[in-house]
Amino acid sequence: MAKKESTLKNMLIALMVITIVSGGVLGFIYGLTKPAIDKVEENKNIKAINEVLKTDVAIATTEAKVIEDLTYNLAYDADGNFIGAAVKTYSMNGFGGKVELMVGMLQNGIINKVSVLSQAETPGLGANMVNDKFKGQFDGKDPKAFSLKVKKDGGDVDAITAATISSRAVAEAIKKAADGFEANKDQFLKGGKQ
Amino acid sequence: MSNWKTFTKGLIKENPILVLLLGCCPTLATTTSAINGMSMGLATTFVLIMSNLVISLLKNFIPDKVRIPCFIVVIASFVTVVQLIMQAYVPDIYETLGLFIPLIVVNCIVLGRAEAFASKNPVWPSILDGAGMGLGFTFALTVLGSIREILGSGSIFNFRFLPEDAQTILIFVLAPGAFIALGYLIAIVNRLKKTK
Amino acid sequence: MKIIIILISTIFVNNVILAQFLGICPFLGTSKKTSTAVGMGAAVIFVLVLATLVTYLLNKYVLVAHGLEFLQTIAFILVIAALVQMVEIILKKISPSLYTALGVFLPLITTNCCVLGVSLKVVGEGFIYGNNVGEAVIYAAGIAIGFAVALIIFSGIREHIDLMEAPEGTKGTPIALITAGILAMAFMGFGGLV
Repeated sequence: MAKKESTLKNMLIALMVITIVSGGVLGFIYGLTKPAIDKVEENKNIKAINEVLKTDVAIATTEAKVIEDLTYNLAYDADGNFIGAAVKTYSMNGFGGKVELMVGMLQNGIINKVSVLSQAETPGLGANMVNDKFKGQFDGKDPKAFSLKVKKDGGDVDAITAATISSRAVAEAIKKAADGFEANKDQFLKGGKQ
Repeated sequence: MSNWKTFTKGLIKENPILVLLLGCCPTLATTTSAINGMSMGLATTFVLIMSNLVISLLKNFIPDKVRIPCFIVVIASFVTVVQLIMQAYVPDIYETLGLFIPLIVVNCIVLGRAEAFASKNPVWPSILDGAGMGLGFTFALTVLGSIREILGSGSIFNFRFLPEDAQTILIFVLAPGAFIALGYLIAIVNRLKKTK
Repeated sequence: MKIIIILISTIFVNNVILAQFLGICPFLGTSKKTSTAVGMGAAVIFVLVLATLVTYLLNKYVLVAHGLEFLQTIAFILVIAALVQMVEIILKKISPSLYTALGVFLPLITTNCCVLGVSLKVVGEGFIYGNNVGEAVIYAAGIAIGFAVALIIFSGIREHIDLMEAPEGTKGTPIALITAGILAMAFMGFGGLV
């Protein structure tokens, strides 16, 4: 086959055909991978919920409830008693942008555990927020007694070395979750079958 | 040039990073650890092979004047394919590499090979050329990632060989360390070439 | 106030080249002389702001509206390539003097990953200023100015280095990369600003 001349018609045809074929192929592959991508998100959520609400009581059912901009995953035991809520919270003030956390709040208002869903902080510094050394300090803390601010700002949170901005973002996100849970707690408690 | 030579030239003699200095952005940004560097390299290799293959097939269909836009569309499509597949099956790696996966589109190596090699050569050598260049890129990224991980985090391929609280040279996983490590790596390669 | 924070954080703290590694190729390629660095810097500021604005609107009103987000990469790169061509043609007509100053740099910008990188980042999930066109454009402007600042400083240093005796093997690119590393360290000092 000889090389096509660069006439306007040939150029338009070549560009059009290539673009349309590419678009079609991509649409097809998008359709193929979409269920797997959604599943990944879902699994990550379920895993985080189970991790942050891990206590002696096994979770039987969960129910997601969106209030304002946070998602509360309410967890109940086999008898329908309210265990607590895994609150999906975030802060926009990380060093690399958004930091997303799952915070486990028990029904007595105590933070059970914290899990990092997504972050884009600097590796070796802010990204160390995923280590238990940092996020473990929130376990079992009562937000009423434990001030959710880094020590530099007069709170009780030990910041990651050389990553105050990231630490501040985590503290902010957890505070948001704790405050939101406190404000809506009565409603959640009533929701249980008791 | 024999097929074997077409394949091996990208590995050492014309290594895209260490010798030709193409594709520096992902090289510096994604090599915070050996595994990240390698994943980025392999993703780029896939795009290189596929785009070289398709462009070589289409070379007579595409008129000269619009060849660059056509190449870019082909490359961008394969990049999106890689993006979707990684998102679905290796989400952790996808998240760490983040923005740099779509940026394979503007990696000079890919468009460079399409223009310099695939648009002038038959299919089979084009595939070999893409594979060789891609693997050379992967090799360089893995080496750089290993150096930075060993010095900066005290581990290799996520296997930590230092005690938990040992001090490491943190600067190597941060931005400045990337420039410095690559600078010395290229200097060493230059030096070796001289003595040969 | 917010505008100033956006600008400081993009120009100094999160400098696009020295902290985010976008646009390294032109950074190394056009920094041999200060005069070329100024030209490239100006061209990038011009195109980046325009490209961010166009891709932001395209994403919001065409791609998201029709559920076609997976075509982002392909659509953006085409828009950027077309935009660069258009800017080139328009400049040639309206202001030949500006065209002679910037002309040679314009074609290089299509493959400058900082343009595609920033436009993808702006529409990405978790982007701080993603909800507001104005702030997104200011962010893009800050990024572009940061690019120009780093490029011009670096070219000044490089002009001096070329006159020095570098150790065997490090001449040219290696010494330039190591210098860039030291410059990046200096920029890390801005980290405490915001």
